[in-house]
Amino acid sequence: MASIDIEGIRKSFGAFPVLHGVDLAIRDGEFVVLVGPSGCGKSTLLRMIAGLEEVTAGDIRIDGKRVNDLAPKDRDIAMVFQSYALYPHMSVADNMSYSLRLRRSTKEKIASAVSGAAAKLGLDPLLERRPRALSGGQRQRVAMGRAIVRQPKAFLFDEPLSNLDARLREQMRAEIKKLHGDLRATSIYVTHDQIEAMTLADRIVAMHGGVVQQVGTPLDLYDRPANLFVAGFIGSPGMNFFEGRYLVSGDHADLKLENDVTLPARRVGGIESGEPATLGIRPEHVVITEGGALEGRVDLIEPTGFGIIMHVTVHDVPLKVFTLNRAMLNPGATVRLDLPRDKLHLFDGEGRRLG
Amino acid sequence: MRTRQLAFTVAHRLAILAYIVFALFPLFWLLKVSVTPNDLLYSEGVRMWPSRATLEHYTFVIAHSAFPTFFKNSLIVAGSTAVTVTILASLAGYALSRFRFRAKYWIVALMLITQMFPLVMLVAPIFKMLSPLGLTNSLTGLVIVYTAFNVPFATFLMQSFFDGIPKDLEEAAMIDGATQFIAFRQIILPLTLPGIAATLGFVFTAAWSELLFALMLISGNDAATFPVGLLTFVSKFSVDFGQMMAAGILALIPACLFFLLIQRYLVQGLTAGAVKG
Amino acid sequence: MTHAAHHPATKPFRKRFADAAEPYLYSAPALILIVAVMLVPLVLGISYAFRDIQLLNPFSGRFIGLDHFRALGQDQAFFRALRNTLWWTGASVFLQFVFGLILALLLDKPFAGRGLAQALCFLPWAVPSFLAGLNWAWLFNPVIGPLPHWMYAFGILDAPNNILSDPQLAMWGPIIANVWWGIPFFAITLLAALQAIPRDLYEAASIDGAGPVQRFISITLPFLAPTIAITILLRTVWISNFADLIVVMTNGGPADRTQIVASYIFTQAFKRLDFGYASAIALVLLVLLLVYSLLIVLLRQTLLNKD
Ligand SMILES: Nc1ncnc2c1ncn2[C@@H]1O[C@H](COP(=O)(O)OP(=O)(O)OP(=O)(O)O)[C@@H](O)[C@H]1O
Ligand SMILES: [Mg+2]
Repeated sequence: MASIDIEGIRKSFGAFPVLHGVDLAIRDGEFVVLVGPSGCGKSTLLRMIAGLEEVTAGDIRIDGKRVNDLAPKDRDIAMVFQSYALYPHMSVADNMSYSLRLRRSTKEKIASAVSGAAAKLGLDPLLERRPRALSGGQRQRVAMGRAIVRQPKAFLFDEPLSNLDARLREQMRAEIKKLHGDLRATSIYVTHDQIEAMTLADRIVAMHGGVVQQVGTPLDLYDRPANLFVAGFIGSPGMNFFEGRYLVSGDHADLKLENDVTLPARRVGGIESGEPATLGIRPEHVVITEGGALEGRVDLIEPTGFGIIMHVTVHDVPLKVFTLNRAMLNPGATVRLDLPRDKLHLFDGEGRRLG
Repeated sequence: MRTRQLAFTVAHRLAILAYIVFALFPLFWLLKVSVTPNDLLYSEGVRMWPSRATLEHYTFVIAHSAFPTFFKNSLIVAGSTAVTVTILASLAGYALSRFRFRAKYWIVALMLITQMFPLVMLVAPIFKMLSPLGLTNSLTGLVIVYTAFNVPFATFLMQSFFDGIPKDLEEAAMIDGATQFIAFRQIILPLTLPGIAATLGFVFTAAWSELLFALMLISGNDAATFPVGLLTFVSKFSVDFGQMMAAGILALIPACLFFLLIQRYLVQGLTAGAVKG
Repeated sequence: MTHAAHHPATKPFRKRFADAAEPYLYSAPALILIVAVMLVPLVLGISYAFRDIQLLNPFSGRFIGLDHFRALGQDQAFFRALRNTLWWTGASVFLQFVFGLILALLLDKPFAGRGLAQALCFLPWAVPSFLAGLNWAWLFNPVIGPLPHWMYAFGILDAPNNILSDPQLAMWGPIIANVWWGIPFFAITLLAALQAIPRDLYEAASIDGAGPVQRFISITLPFLAPTIAITILLRTVWISNFADLIVVMTNGGPADRTQIVASYIFTQAFKRLDFGYASAIALVLLVLLLVYSLLIVLLRQTLLNKD
């Protein structure tokens, strides 16, 4: 178990910069999830922590010890690959015990570690099989087993569930969470999946273009996204945005859109009247009500089973609404909507959060 | 449609058959001559099978000639060359497949250029270099020369096999606690067994057949390999074709066996390389 | 961005050295051997081209500058050998390639017994080249081989004679033997390339209505093109250097009609024992082959850049 400190990490492949100075302090036992669009450098960061990529600049410390120059084998971390990377010529048991054999652990110790991990993951009946003879979900478990047998200082996961079907993914997600509850091992987890990020993380690190955009608990990122990128990236369906000018009148504030329509906004500091701003509201926070202030033309209805996603147009601006009200399956040509003030997010011209 | 497909299938099988006949007929002729008694050799020269077949050439070659020595020498030389080349080519092929380093392109270029040397040009210099070291007239000398000649192609072959193995595997091993070399030995090499077989077979066949250097670096029967030995059947006053062909058939056996076993992997290995582009 | 000016990661010298040295350690044994047994002798051999080296003459060994090359400029036999080399190499490579490609296409279709058929088709490659040469010389001999009689029966020959002693036809003997021996190499490489073509491409093309010929032209050939290019390049170089079959089957005759540069070098070195002159010819051949390869590589580069 260990803390991991990342200070001013940069990475370039040749002249092509990928990470532009990442700082991150991960506490002992914490579960941190890295999210971000494809190509933003998540895997690269993870691989640098593992020692698989050279560090261009900056420091990585594990338990306070600088590990930049240590080979992967000397860092005492475990990693679960997206492809699982199981050794095809070894049985499941040998796959799991390989790290211990390399460390010349005693036979008894190896046997007990393997059987302990196998029991935790339900791999007992599979121990003698080759990876080839396993299903995707079973392979995934073996990859996890290989990581936990030697009780490393930290676990790294690079999209470990992305090759599984939705049902299995749900199940493994719960298992990983349970496992982390048992082992309390420091973990860094890369994913594209919002739900994985929200459910597993103690803290989420949102990245974009090689820069960390926001670090915080899942609810922090959902409730108070630090900028437009995080606001748009977290949550599904994604947040609605309106661009316009911020106009203050008394203790009131409004957003004036290009087509001169005004939407109600909140009074916040850090912005002058007349400056450009963006207003955001999550689809699930838009209220459909008889007396709503806005009229929306219904374009499309997407029932998800659990709820309904409605695509409407308000003053020529597209807007998504999420509702649990089944009556909205047949809403008629128009609906009346309200944007509750306390659910609004405001961003300045640079996309930074206001208030 | 059905009949067209049938006609197509028949034409396909016939074409394959025709090629097999073309490939095997000369070998069949070799066999035919080797079992033809000397007195029928010319009188029944163009018959497909002699009216009286005999194994006398074989018994003579095995019992009364130096051929068993040649055979043993060839086995030693080809075997040692194959093993040495495969080890060196695995290491070099791994470096080319997995590392990015400055001299890489120079190494590739050097290896390609070696394929263009007229080998005849190297005979005299190599002789001059090996003779003070006592490596002429010795099997060791031959193994060294053959190894050098075969390493470049074998390296490319091994590289294409390594390219077909995902990098994840040795990264996982390195995180599990292996150095890169241990990952190479314990994870990557076992997965390249088909490639190793292909390289072994390829080099074995090449070394088994080499004539020029075997002729130039070796004098006398003790260290002669079988291609040189075969020529001794010619250089006598009367060429004994029956015995020579019998010896040739015997000598073909190991090379062919080896080749039949590995040709599958050869295709596989080159496929792996092709996938990469 | 507080760490924007963070110091670059400096590594201890020893670690940096060990990391940089690793690939060289892997390739060193092979490289050392190649340099010692091929490159150094090559340089020595090149130096022979400028010296008077005759094996049986104890007074030879002087440095004679460009004399060999001057002699070479006057050597009609050399220029004839050069023309013969073009003919020998061109015909061998072309026929090996065409039949190799056909064989690869035939073997690419799955059928019962394919493994065995493939093994048998590739077998000629395992035959030592000089044994192949002897054997084919035997087959072409009307006294002990069937081929002249068959060719006579089919009307290809006017009389069942040995084509190896007919100045007009002699070159075909070694070429046929070479084609027999070399088809497997092309077939193996092309088959490997064929099997690497994703099958769904063919299915997609069929659905789009492409016939077999169109599929071959629009999918197979473009995919094979890189392999074809590199294989032909390597084989051309290799075959122009390959004298075994000719030395064994015709020894350059009749009347030097089958003498190629490689066999001419062989004759100069081992019959006349004039290693100096032989090295000079070999050097010219090496330079010609290098120029050829360079041209091909440049051509490929410009073609690639145009796309
Ligand atoms: N070995 C490499 N050489 C050059 N560029 C690379 C290399 N590896 C990654 N990159 C580049 O670095 C950037 C970040 O890659 P990385 O794999 O870290 O992205 P990622 O966030 O993990 O994306 P994904 O979600 O698709 O896995 C990409 O633009 C990629 O093209
Ligand atoms: Mg990634």
